[in-house]
Amino acid sequence: MFELLGIPPQALFGQLLLGLINGAFYAMLSLGLAVIFGLLNVINFTHGAQYMMGAFAAWMLLEWVGVPYWGALIIVPVLIGATGILLEKLFLKRLYHLDHLYGLLLTFGLALIIEGLFRKQFGSSGLPYPNPLPGGTRLDFMFLPNYRAWVVVASLVLCFGTWFMIERTKLGSYLRAAVERPDLVQAFGINVPRMITLTYGFGVGLAALAGVLAAPIYNVNPVMGSNLIIIVFAVVVIGGMGSILGAIITGFALGIIEGLTKVFYPEASNTVIFIIMAIVLMVKPAGLFGTPK
Amino acid sequence: MSNAAITASPAAAKTGTKNRDLVIFAVLVAVGLVAPAVIYPVFLMKVLCFALFALAFNLLIGYVGLLSFGHAMFFGFAAYVSGYAVKAWGFSPELGILAGTACAAVLGLVTGLLAIRRQGIYFAMVTLALSQMVFFYCVQAKFTGGEDGIQAIPRRALFGLIDIKSDLAFYYLVLAIFCFGFLVIWRTIHSPFGQVLKAIRENEPRAISLGYRVDQYKLLAFVLSATLAGLAGATKALVFQLASLTDVTWQMSGEVVLMTLVGGMGTVFGPIVGAGIIITMQNYLAGFGEWVLVIQGFIFVIVVLAFRKGIVGEIQAWWTRRANKV
Repeated sequence: MFELLGIPPQALFGQLLLGLINGAFYAMLSLGLAVIFGLLNVINFTHGAQYMMGAFAAWMLLEWVGVPYWGALIIVPVLIGATGILLEKLFLKRLYHLDHLYGLLLTFGLALIIEGLFRKQFGSSGLPYPNPLPGGTRLDFMFLPNYRAWVVVASLVLCFGTWFMIERTKLGSYLRAAVERPDLVQAFGINVPRMITLTYGFGVGLAALAGVLAAPIYNVNPVMGSNLIIIVFAVVVIGGMGSILGAIITGFALGIIEGLTKVFYPEASNTVIFIIMAIVLMVKPAGLFGTPK
Repeated sequence: MSNAAITASPAAAKTGTKNRDLVIFAVLVAVGLVAPAVIYPVFLMKVLCFALFALAFNLLIGYVGLLSFGHAMFFGFAAYVSGYAVKAWGFSPELGILAGTACAAVLGLVTGLLAIRRQGIYFAMVTLALSQMVFFYCVQAKFTGGEDGIQAIPRRALFGLIDIKSDLAFYYLVLAIFCFGFLVIWRTIHSPFGQVLKAIRENEPRAISLGYRVDQYKLLAFVLSATLAGLAGATKALVFQLASLTDVTWQMSGEVVLMTLVGGMGTVFGPIVGAGIIITMQNYLAGFGEWVLVIQGFIFVIVVLAFRKGIVGEIQAWWTRRANKV
């Protein structure tokens, strides 16, 4: 096989795949953040913790109840989504009339509580989750593990499914209308508060689903969410939260760029997304897909 | 921007409260002067450092309406610089603190230029992301000593003359630095510059239409806040003779938000009260490990849901109500 700029193709494509996987999680999480922010005007700092809860719920189902991965894929998002609905009903809805910052502070507090409780219970070293799709395919230029291929496909389906639901269905049109003018939509007889609650539940469920997908790849770890959420924030700043498709594309693209950085200049791989954020802020402050207000 | 919720009580703007504040400050300083007789000086120094840190943070959230979720980068980076300058280059303490503070100011200028391009919620996310970048830099950079940090930073004589090896002597230096920081902030918020900042907080479009170059005001406030946060961090490094990664983490940024929130955002003394409470709490709960995180989370939730004005803010509101009744 050929060599690319002195990098063996195995390493290059391996990192590219890793980047694509990371990008899939950036895309899924920033998508959820964007959907929640659109309707609730709340930046959900708990998003990372809910992603972590998803991974732990899958682990608990397997270890304690014996429910396999594929069952967890259905049960966990519903379960964690329900806890999200509870949070919205109990706390978040009291803050909608206030400055957005209070929503951020509240969800930050909730994230601390959740992370602290899990660290107390499980320590911070991480628990292994068995790979439900062992084996892989040997391609010309690299080895493709089955499970990683599945994660890329699943996340693409999830992202575009969400995009389709919001941009192309009747339910989605209600949602978009409620983002613009909740009062008018309410006047047309649509129960907007319930829609807000369900949207939050949906966003949280999406984060939990991402957590289940992540469990076999990364160790199940109480701090997995907080490490990720800050990067996702940077992704959101780069993409702008105005567009669903923008969030998806930005997420995947940044994952790939990060993967490439690991190959060509590993020292910067931790910071490359933040550097891109700084450049985007200089060139196009509203974000690549955002509209300046 | 609708920042009405974060507004300090209008009474604070009245003349008379200005003098009242100075009287309170004088009493606080007097208490500070005799406090080491009853309380362990190292604990007091920790409270003072974090109180100054929270005061610097409050300058942004309370008087410009900007929530920075990355102030630990100034605090922690300044700690590293002053620690390194004193230990490796043999700087005297005052020059070490000055070096750390200056670096925080430069960092504040660079990050401020980026962050003020976005408002509200995005500002918080941008500052958080930038501070995470600084964190990763500190993890990788040689001079920070990685996981070990910079340890055993010597306490040389102040100006080459005054011996500050004992905790008690050093305490009075920290108290002096704290008073200096407080007075800088106090002078700032009562200056015409501070009035413009408050105008931006209340109604940014109107401030723009009145001809104020809002971005320049925001940037200057950001740099000032970063510099004072750096002063606090640089001092803390010499107090504990240690600069470590803990001070640059996002958790540290969250802690200073919590201190200010508990004490009262946009109040003059709130951050001091908040820092005192949170540090005391951490001291008593030091043995409980992860519970500290959980309890801090609960405090966030309770304060946001039940008393958003914070302790000092609620007292002020009660005071105003009582005064109006009479």
